Amino acid sequence: MSWLKHAVRNPIGAKVLMAITGIMLTGFLVAHISGNLLIFVGPQAINAYAEGLRQFPAVLWAARAGLLVAFVTHIYFAAYVTMGNRAARPQPYAFSNTVQATLASRSMVLTGMVMLAFIIFHLAHFTWRITDSEISAMGEFDVYQMVIRGFRQPMVAGSYVIAMVAIGLHLSHGIASVFQTLGLNHPRYNRAVRFAGPAIGVGIALLFASIPLSIYLGLVK
Amino acid sequence: MKLKLHVWRQKNKAAQGRMVTYDADNISPNMSFLEMLDVVNEGLITTGEDPIAFAHDCREGICGSCGVMVNGVAHGPQDATTTCQLHMRSFQDGEELYIEPWRAKGFPVLRDLVVDRSAFDRIIQAGGFVSVNTGSAQDANATPIRKSDADEAFNAAACIGCGACVAACKNASAMLFVSAKVGQLSLLPQGQPERQERALNMVSAMHEEGFGNCTNQYECEAVCPKQISTDYIARLNREFIKATLTYPDAKK
Ligand code: HEM
Ligand code: FES
Repeated sequence: MSWLKHAVRNPIGAKVLMAITGIMLTGFLVAHISGNLLIFVGPQAINAYAEGLRQFPAVLWAARAGLLVAFVTHIYFAAYVTMGNRAARPQPYAFSNTVQATLASRSMVLTGMVMLAFIIFHLAHFTWRITDSEISAMGEFDVYQMVIRGFRQPMVAGSYVIAMVAIGLHLSHGIASVFQTLGLNHPRYNRAVRFAGPAIGVGIALLFASIPLSIYLGLVK
Repeated sequence: MKLKLHVWRQKNKAAQGRMVTYDADNISPNMSFLEMLDVVNEGLITTGEDPIAFAHDCREGICGSCGVMVNGVAHGPQDATTTCQLHMRSFQDGEELYIEPWRAKGFPVLRDLVVDRSAFDRIIQAGGFVSVNTGSAQDANATPIRKSDADEAFNAAACIGCGACVAACKNASAMLFVSAKVGQLSLLPQGQPERQERALNMVSAMHEEGFGNCTNQYECEAVCPKQISTDYIARLNREFIKATLTYPDAKK
């Protein structure tokens, strides 16, 4: 075990674990949005999909367990890396300046914390259903009605959209960063990575945000 | 030219420092930045004040000792240029300049703008060398090296160890420096026997000296006077991952 500790508690090992768990979490987001988009197809489609997931409890719980491990690992090493970085510059510059670091790259800790807060709220909202008495009271399981009811409220729809801004920023730096951290760097594909990373990140965020927005605006009823 | 300077003044390592404002008059645009400081210092000496301490040696961009922050940018505003090679024509008449030492836990301030960069020496001692027996010189080209490898090793070897990468990094990380040294030697045949322990030991040494972690923001390559690319950091990550997974001594 001391070998393992040595391998991950250092500047590169910690980042490698964050990269691997980051890919896993992004994979979850892709799967999640693919399912969620069924809301645009109609009540039957999304309810059948939600019902379908429930047919395979073992798979569902294995996926949840994997996600939880990835999530906790990602956050643990994020804290480790951030504390090391804060300690590495005890005295800040009187005149601080930035030459080329992007806004997304400089706000990873902030967007990460917004995502964490959002995910807790989101689970309470739609998975445990404890934030909204009307949703809690819905006897029969109807994902479509639950989501519609949730996003008709401006505060709820608005906070989802704000969280999606955080996710878009986080991923637009994160996806390209994974390649650099894992050493996947070559002139043949560097440009593609630096373009596609932000494009995929923003794309995922826009697709997610489209659901609360179109329900709030009454495009989906 | 006339300038207003805000300069970090600190008596010694233990003392509390602060920014002090000076007027710099009669500055020629053809002076180098260090010559400008020399002129200011002459003025300070005639009025009986302590001159501003700054490190310098070659004044031709090769020794790496002269780095300071100018308005929050390591080595000042001109690309691919050390502070000693920066000229006052890069600034406007009447401009205000904030001049500060490198800021990092690994680079403690010794006096004014001078920092202790011996942490870099200790990182080099941890693995930035090749162990070969001395003897008469080998014939040139006796050891074949692929042209692209030789070029890449040469680009990494351009690093002068000035510390601008650390100073510019939001996390005060020394990854660009370490990656240049590891990259250079890992590309050459002479560096092969110690390749894995070099990557492991130099990264550990960097960590122990209190430098931060790379978050792929690439501020370092933007200020590097020798334009070392962050591609070397990806190469270092690769070297480190491979060494961690395959190094024969499992303890390391
Ligand atoms: C606005 C877009 C989103 C919608 C409409 C949405 C919808 C839902 C719904 C309805 C559930 C409950 C599924 C069920 O109980 O059967 C759920 C679960 C979940 N969502 Fe979202 N979600 C959105 C965005 C996100 C984002 C961005 C994340 C970020 C990581 C996320 C993370 C999760 C997690 C972790 C679960 C629990 C999965 C599980 O059941 O174990 N969601 N989502
Ligand atoms: S004094 Fe040698 S590099 Fe500037």
